[in-house]
Amino acid sequence: MAKDLSVRIGSLELPNPLIAASGCFGYGLEYDEVTDLSALGGVCVKGLFMTEREGHPPPRIVETPAGMINAIGLQGIGVHRFVNEKLPLLRERGARVFVNVCGTTVDEYVEVSKVLSQAEGVAALELNISCPNIKEGGIQFGCSLIGTGAVVSAVRKATHLPVIPKLTPNVTDVASFARAAEDAGADAVSLVNTFLAMAIDVETRRPTITNVLGGLSGPAIRPIAVRMVWECFQEVKIPIIGMGGITNARDALEFILAGATAVQIGTANFVDPFVWSKVLAGLNDYLERHRLDRLADLIGAFDTTPPKAVHA
Amino acid sequence: MPPIDVDATVIANRRLSRDYNVLTLSAAEVGARTRAGQFVMVRPADMTETLLRRPFSVFEVARDERGTPTAITILNKRAGRTTNRLYEAEPGDRIACLGPLGRPFTSVAPPKEAWMVAGGVGLAPFATLAEALAAAGTPSTLFYGARSDQELFYIDFFERLGVTLVLATEDGSRGERGRVTAPLDRALTARAPGSTMIYACGPEPMLAAVAEVAGRHRQPCEVSVERTMGCGLGGCYSCVIKVKHGAGPAQFVRSCIAGPVFDGAEIVWD
Repeated sequence: MAKDLSVRIGSLELPNPLIAASGCFGYGLEYDEVTDLSALGGVCVKGLFMTEREGHPPPRIVETPAGMINAIGLQGIGVHRFVNEKLPLLRERGARVFVNVCGTTVDEYVEVSKVLSQAEGVAALELNISCPNIKEGGIQFGCSLIGTGAVVSAVRKATHLPVIPKLTPNVTDVASFARAAEDAGADAVSLVNTFLAMAIDVETRRPTITNVLGGLSGPAIRPIAVRMVWECFQEVKIPIIGMGGITNARDALEFILAGATAVQIGTANFVDPFVWSKVLAGLNDYLERHRLDRLADLIGAFDTTPPKAVHA
Repeated sequence: MPPIDVDATVIANRRLSRDYNVLTLSAAEVGARTRAGQFVMVRPADMTETLLRRPFSVFEVARDERGTPTAITILNKRAGRTTNRLYEAEPGDRIACLGPLGRPFTSVAPPKEAWMVAGGVGLAPFATLAEALAAAGTPSTLFYGARSDQELFYIDFFERLGVTLVLATEDGSRGERGRVTAPLDRALTARAPGSTMIYACGPEPMLAAVAEVAGRHRQPCEVSVERTMGCGLGGCYSCVIKVKHGAGPAQFVRSCIAGPVFDGAEIVWD
């Protein structure tokens, strides 16, 4: 029997908690042939600035144990081309469109947000204050409580859409950044973006990717991301969108139990573009097995009673 | 046709040399959809060290007596963890196989001729292309270069299809000594501009050289590139290559969906 997987992010109701993570799903339409975009809780498209960006020269990715490091450099078509070329098609397909908003200045975040607020078919704005791969903007804001507050409150004043800053894990106390975002008027927070990382080719003694540094994603980061979601859940009342190495329903449930209202899947979509229906089926199975009707009842339902000792 | 993901079984593993092998995979449905030049993203099911799939040209589409596809093969060369695992694979092993993906070669019909240029493992897209060309009645030639005689494979296959062969090896153990672009360049001097479609696959310096030779002789040229790829579907923007199309500026485009086959004249080589 199909269970109730719906969740609410502020005023936004999603049929299920699965959102395609920004930077891992193109502009959504790339996956039109293999996925029913309307069946996803949401589609968070690639980060957008006011203008087009070329991104970094390749190679842009390298695999590491249970993960990958990327430095794409936010290659993108800019907000105007997105609104004209992509958004109408995403609307046609019934996708709930989250747009990842980028900026090199507070003003640029506001300008991009205004353009998207005037367009038809955007469900929410995810503020990218956490990209580790660009020189200006992004993580500069996300690594400062004042910067985080400044971007969030400026965008808050400029849009009616839900505002969801995406937090970086490259800080000492991520919960204080969730608090700063909530205080500045955020409707939700999403976390985590990638961990700043590097990998060296020992044979050539050179970098494995052109940008030298990149962001680590994939199952390797999942336990740290789960911990961070749980820390934020104890600190703020606004909903949390959790992500970091989710590959299946069990992983998604771990984030939900830790306090995530919704989750994003990124790297796993590269490995298996058909992952979405499998995770949805797994969530449904879990509710069946545990005789529950609503997934939303599991949000933050983590029980801290110590586990029983296991004798092998 | 949209790509599909098949949980394929290894039917056979034919090791051609210490580094090369041909894996037969039970992915008939993928084979039925494949056009020459397209690729699959594969991942051994038991692979734990690495996460991402690897791109491979569909090397052959195996067919039964009625011509119905029964399997595909991939030409593998050991270069890293996944390719090592694929070299060691045994019949019965499971390999996830997503495809077909990417833009295929543009076929040509007589009176045009088709000249294929392969370097090493760059032979991979040309078995299916040679079959398609033979079916269209297009005369074809394969310029095939490798390190040595030991690494020239499937010569009989191409001969049976009536493909003219021009071989070159770096050590001179078979065919002309040196790079395969030298005999290509000489042979093209006798051809009228626009008469010969040149297809190339191999290391990027070779592709750049072939594109230059083709341009100089005013022949059309398609090259199949391989860049470090994440997803194969356009989601990750990892596999970009710089392309200059028409009057616009050169741009990074995704080789998985805009390619892997490109007009050789449009690529801005590193």
